[in-house]
Amino acid sequence: MAFLEIDEVHKSYGHHEVLKGVSLNVERHEVVCLIGASGSGKSTLLRCVNALEEIQGGEIRIDGDTVTGAGVDLNALRRDVGIVFQSYNLFPHMSVLENVMLAPIRVAGVAKGEARERAMTLLASVGMQDYAKSYPDRLSGGQQQRVAIVRALAMQPRVMLLDEITAALDPELVGDVLEIVRELANGGLTMLLATHEMGFAKEVASQVCFLDNGSILERGTAEQIFEQPREERTQQFLSRVVKSGRL
Amino acid sequence: MVGLVLALVGIAMMVAAALRLRDYNGSGLVATIVGAVLVVGSLYPLVPAFKAFAGDRKRSRLLREDQLVPARRAAAAAREEAQIAMGYAAAAVIVAGLLLMAFANGGGVAETFFTKSAWDASFNEMIHAFWTNIWVACVSQVLVLIVGLLLAIMRMLPGRAGAPLRLIALVYCDIFRAIPAIVTILLIVFGTPLAFPTTANWPPEWLGIVSLTMTYSAYVAEVYRAGLSSIHPSQSAAARSLGLSYTQTLRTVLVPQAVRRVIPPLLNDFISLQKDTALLSTASIAEVVLVSKLWESNLFNLSPITLAAAFFIVITIPQARFVDYLIERDAARRGAH
Repeated sequence: MAFLEIDEVHKSYGHHEVLKGVSLNVERHEVVCLIGASGSGKSTLLRCVNALEEIQGGEIRIDGDTVTGAGVDLNALRRDVGIVFQSYNLFPHMSVLENVMLAPIRVAGVAKGEARERAMTLLASVGMQDYAKSYPDRLSGGQQQRVAIVRALAMQPRVMLLDEITAALDPELVGDVLEIVRELANGGLTMLLATHEMGFAKEVASQVCFLDNGSILERGTAEQIFEQPREERTQQFLSRVVKSGRL
Repeated sequence: MVGLVLALVGIAMMVAAALRLRDYNGSGLVATIVGAVLVVGSLYPLVPAFKAFAGDRKRSRLLREDQLVPARRAAAAAREEAQIAMGYAAAAVIVAGLLLMAFANGGGVAETFFTKSAWDASFNEMIHAFWTNIWVACVSQVLVLIVGLLLAIMRMLPGRAGAPLRLIALVYCDIFRAIPAIVTILLIVFGTPLAFPTTANWPPEWLGIVSLTMTYSAYVAEVYRAGLSSIHPSQSAAARSLGLSYTQTLRTVLVPQAVRRVIPPLLNDFISLQKDTALLSTASIAEVVLVSKLWESNLFNLSPITLAAAFFIVITIPQARFVDYLIERDAARRGAH
């Protein structure tokens, strides 16, 4: 039994079906990359796992426990599942430190002093300890995204969802953020990430899934997908990515 | 051309106004000097007007010499000067017109509204009564902040469970924005002691505060609601994804950001609440307008009411400027992003 099981998930906005029966298993300590064109459903899938979107069919299980449908303690689920967004979404009225300490204090009930200590350690691990008192609007995009990652990590989630976290960054800032994700992967954190950084996906992913039009068209190891894609759509997508110089 | 005519009219009117001012003040030195300064000031639009004519002649000369680009520049400069002349002349006309109006009817206007002896007589009582306006406004504002926020949150409760409360809040806001404040005041201040005889000994100011709070919390709820819904949904998503509950998200993430955004419109509503304390005069509450009306009928002169107006101006204008400052600061901040 896999750690995170996504089973035949359907999601629609009104009559528009965005996910058409997606199934995906993520084992413990595995890093799974979702690739595919914009609008293929990558972000929606991640938001469904975190229950930010309600699903219309199928089931999602974490560690054998069903986390979709009525009666699920969403706040408890979200303690286990961290998500980092493309647009960082830091709280602009709180300092960096307050952003990181908020959930541990309010949700996990950690004492203030301990929360501060843990937050500072985490900030130091991404080189942001000197900005603890700064407000998000004083930081660059890369710095904000590093804080956003730390904010999610502070809840000690068992699986992290990363939703195109480098897509909004200037090219020279992408490297720092990816380096952090690389370290997390090496540290054995279970991760499911949507990304346009094919080179990075190739390097860290134990499994790559190509999403097209709301379903997983092809999946396999990074070598299989990038070197010998079977499906025509995958080939087209990858050749376009190669042309744009992203692989 | 228009600029020149307007300038001449302005000068003529200013001279007339200055003469009236001097006559009214019995040819006093200060009034004569003020009048002279005003007249000299009204001469100023002549400067750009003549520059404009000079510029026009220059343009014709350049055109004759076939120098197209310099001619175009000269014409543009002349137009600019002509517009400046019109702007300053129009201002002179308006100022002179206002002065003429103030001294119209042989000083009758000035006497009706600006009699110093009437001010001296009423000032002490008036300032004492104005204190009522101020503390009633302050207490109401605090209550409005609280009730308004509760109403706004009620209107945004989610799901079917929240539906009845949403409806109540909606009906409340609609009704109290529809009823003129003065009607609410009459109903509450006169009605409450009749309906609840135990409240008959309450100071009427308390009931005045209740009625102003009822009216203004409906407006302020709308302001809060606009502020809350202006926060991008991604903020809520980020908070919920960390495990914060709906209430925690509201309290720690949404409300603090919304309140910051709505401070300028909120202060605008507060300014109008302050002014509406004057409506309490209809409910026989001894605030500044009621007292000024008593003095007015006593002295058969409107100057005490002008004094009440001056009181409101003195406390309101700084606040209005402060609101503008906040709005500009926010705009600058948003521009910096």
